[in-house]
Amino acid sequence: MLAYILKRIAYAVPISIGVSVLCFSLVQLAPGDPLTLVISTDASQEAIDAAKQRYGLDQPLPVQYFIWLKNAVAGDLGQSIASGRPVAAEIGNATVYSLSLAFIASVIAFVLGCGMGVISGYTLGSMTDKLVSAIAISGVSIPHYWLGIVLVVLFSVNLNLLPAMGAGNSDEMDLWQRLRFMVLPAITLAAMPTGIITRSVRALVAEKLSEDFVTALAAKGLTRTQIFFHIVKNAAPTALAIVGVQMGYLMAGSILVETVFSWPGTGLLLNNAILNRDIPLLQGTILVLALFFVVLNLVVDIVHPLFDPRIKRA
Amino acid sequence: MNTKHMEAGGYIRQLLCDGNIKSLFRGVRRGTTAAILATTMIVGAGLDVQAAGTLRIGLQASDIPLPNGQTDQGSEGMRFIGYTLFEALVAYDLSSSDKPVTLVPGLATSWSVDEADKTKWTFKLREGVKFHDGSTFDAAAVVWNLDKILNPDAAQYDEKQAGQGRGRIPTIASYTAVDDYTVEITTKTADALIPFEIAWIVMSSPTQWEAVGNSWDAFLNDPSGTGPFKLEAYVPRERAELVPNPDYWNTDRIPDLDKVVLYPVPDESARVAGIRSGQLDWIEAPPADALESLQDAGFTISSNVYPHVWPWHLSRLEGSPWNDIKVRKAANLAIDREGMKSLLNGMMLPAKGMVPPTSDWFGSPEFEVKYDLEAARALMAEAGHSKDNPINVKAIISPSGGGQMQPILMNEFIQQNLAEIGINVEFDVRDWNALISNWRAGAKDATTNGAMSTNSSYFSQDPFTALMRHVDSRLVAPNGTNWGYYSNPEADALIDTIRTEFDPAKQLEAIQALHEIYVDEALFLFVAHDVAPRAMAPNVKGFVQAQNWFQDITPVTVE
Repeated sequence: MLAYILKRIAYAVPISIGVSVLCFSLVQLAPGDPLTLVISTDASQEAIDAAKQRYGLDQPLPVQYFIWLKNAVAGDLGQSIASGRPVAAEIGNATVYSLSLAFIASVIAFVLGCGMGVISGYTLGSMTDKLVSAIAISGVSIPHYWLGIVLVVLFSVNLNLLPAMGAGNSDEMDLWQRLRFMVLPAITLAAMPTGIITRSVRALVAEKLSEDFVTALAAKGLTRTQIFFHIVKNAAPTALAIVGVQMGYLMAGSILVETVFSWPGTGLLLNNAILNRDIPLLQGTILVLALFFVVLNLVVDIVHPLFDPRIKRA
Repeated sequence: MNTKHMEAGGYIRQLLCDGNIKSLFRGVRRGTTAAILATTMIVGAGLDVQAAGTLRIGLQASDIPLPNGQTDQGSEGMRFIGYTLFEALVAYDLSSSDKPVTLVPGLATSWSVDEADKTKWTFKLREGVKFHDGSTFDAAAVVWNLDKILNPDAAQYDEKQAGQGRGRIPTIASYTAVDDYTVEITTKTADALIPFEIAWIVMSSPTQWEAVGNSWDAFLNDPSGTGPFKLEAYVPRERAELVPNPDYWNTDRIPDLDKVVLYPVPDESARVAGIRSGQLDWIEAPPADALESLQDAGFTISSNVYPHVWPWHLSRLEGSPWNDIKVRKAANLAIDREGMKSLLNGMMLPAKGMVPPTSDWFGSPEFEVKYDLEAARALMAEAGHSKDNPINVKAIISPSGGGQMQPILMNEFIQQNLAEIGINVEFDVRDWNALISNWRAGAKDATTNGAMSTNSSYFSQDPFTALMRHVDSRLVAPNGTNWGYYSNPEADALIDTIRTEFDPAKQLEAIQALHEIYVDEALFLFVAHDVAPRAMAPNVKGFVQAQNWFQDITPVTVE
């Protein structure tokens, strides 16, 4: 098991380097200049050159990359060009916001998705199944930002029950007040994974229901409830893997939702970094998100055998 | 693709503005019921419990401008942090909405240039002014602050503030404290624009910088200036809280508000949602298609003309069709600016030059910029072109950006107008940052990629930014931002006069003459002046929108 984990961690290194090279090259290909924000519009060429030198932007690209990589390995992701603050601190701050939102969205998606999936799987072909499937497909196909705006119109503008934007004043609020700011973005974020999990669980349950062991269990005289638990146990490992991957997407794929709700997480950070051509911030954020994916997959792979004894790790 | 994106954005904002979910299914629907508004207001008051005198402002910027002194985030940063917490020696009179803004004494009570040596300026400082930390503002503090951005050897030299401030005072060579309340500034060459330039440079407290451990990073959390507001809380990317400075030297401008909270909300739909849900009291730059319904719902839209112009900056390189004055004049006569104005819900002033006709600098040009299709077609015919024999031009535009108004909408309107007289426009759409980089690099740069114009909106706070920098033949890249490589000895001579003429009347004559060249030669495609709309909740009172990029929030109250 330990060897397996170590091997998986070792895999993460080339993946991360690959991601960082790709992201570095893409940023360089895009036109624009990270210095636009930090120097006045009428700055002399002398001032621009000095600023370039200060941020190391006068070096050849491969040199810039290796300097960045060397520092990144040492845990120093550099300084944001736009704000001058350390990138690591910026990302750390934003990650807390994104993780908490992703966590709540995952819980919503897991509970709703599994619940609806099981109901749908059990009642295959019925009106209930069709209704649940329609909801699931809507969840997958409705654009995030559109749903977010509609929820804001309903719950913030019309009913005035929940805040429309921001995360509130972080140092003056209790847990309940914090949660109120998270309800709308979390529901918006949960829509897509709820749909995907519902569809997957529905298929899994339907498949297990048609297997021989269910007939055998029924023949042995088990009650419907007892059979239900056997099915859940059989379907859980696959469902868990799907949920794990979805949580990764929630963390990384929330740019639009965070922008619509002005939620100060990694998505908003990344969006601003792209618009400002803030290269150190952009690279740092993408690297951290990529690592997050790698770690999450690792955790899912480690947890998987606990639920599915058929999988033996060398 | 951009058009579709815009339409989607407009539709979403329409939803927000209608505040009525039924419109989801019915499409565009205007207006909300009084009941919804009342509910919004009543429940909204309970949503975020705030002191009665708290003003919550939604900024366009994606981060809180740095409270270090010479702040970032462009003019919005100076508006809400630079000139609220800090002050410069020379200030702007922002008290009226009716007249153009003029320079007035700030931390200096008077200034003058030496009659014999026009490079020597003397600033007499205001006595009895204290920084927020209680230390005294004096001549040593001015020298310390100039060192902060001009002298790399000084301990307090700050690259960040230097990057923002140094370019504003390019001619300053040296400075010295003559006595406690007199500062002498020497320029490299005679520079009559020094008062305009020095108005940019704000004063941070030397004592406070030392008290927080000689660190600008530490200074951010506990800054100290002389301004009418003090900083109470600063959370990067989240909010800044400003409270009144009860010891402010100008007792007429001590704020009545209990607190001002600044929130960065770069997404315009989120800003509209914020004010509609009662989370914000004031938003900067609401989108044009939200204005009418915001007004219907009881919100106040404040707007006023200010020193801004939205032109096409034309390339004058060889091969550019814009080298023909007939084509330039024809294009200027082909734009239906009134039509564009109604497209923007009235939120623009049709341009007749680089500055509005109400400006002192407008002068009396002979050519009148207006909508006259017949005249435009006649000029095109003289130039040998028509709809059947059109000119093809490529134009750099951006989908958004500070001061860019509604660039896609406006440019597509221009495209239709110009097609009417035989100018076919192909757009080269770049994001704002990329457009600015190319603007700095000049039309000869490879990134121009064959384009013959760029669409950067211009800040025109002073004669240099308004007129001189665009046409001075010595300011082509990399020395400046004469993007189009325009060259005219007559314009250069006028620019030198403006720089070196210390008699205000003669200086004004030169500025007017330069502007007359702009209009009579149709140097740019003059399109619009922005009117800086901002939306406010009905309980926000006392705001007077000056004709400026900067605004005074000290008289504002929240009932």
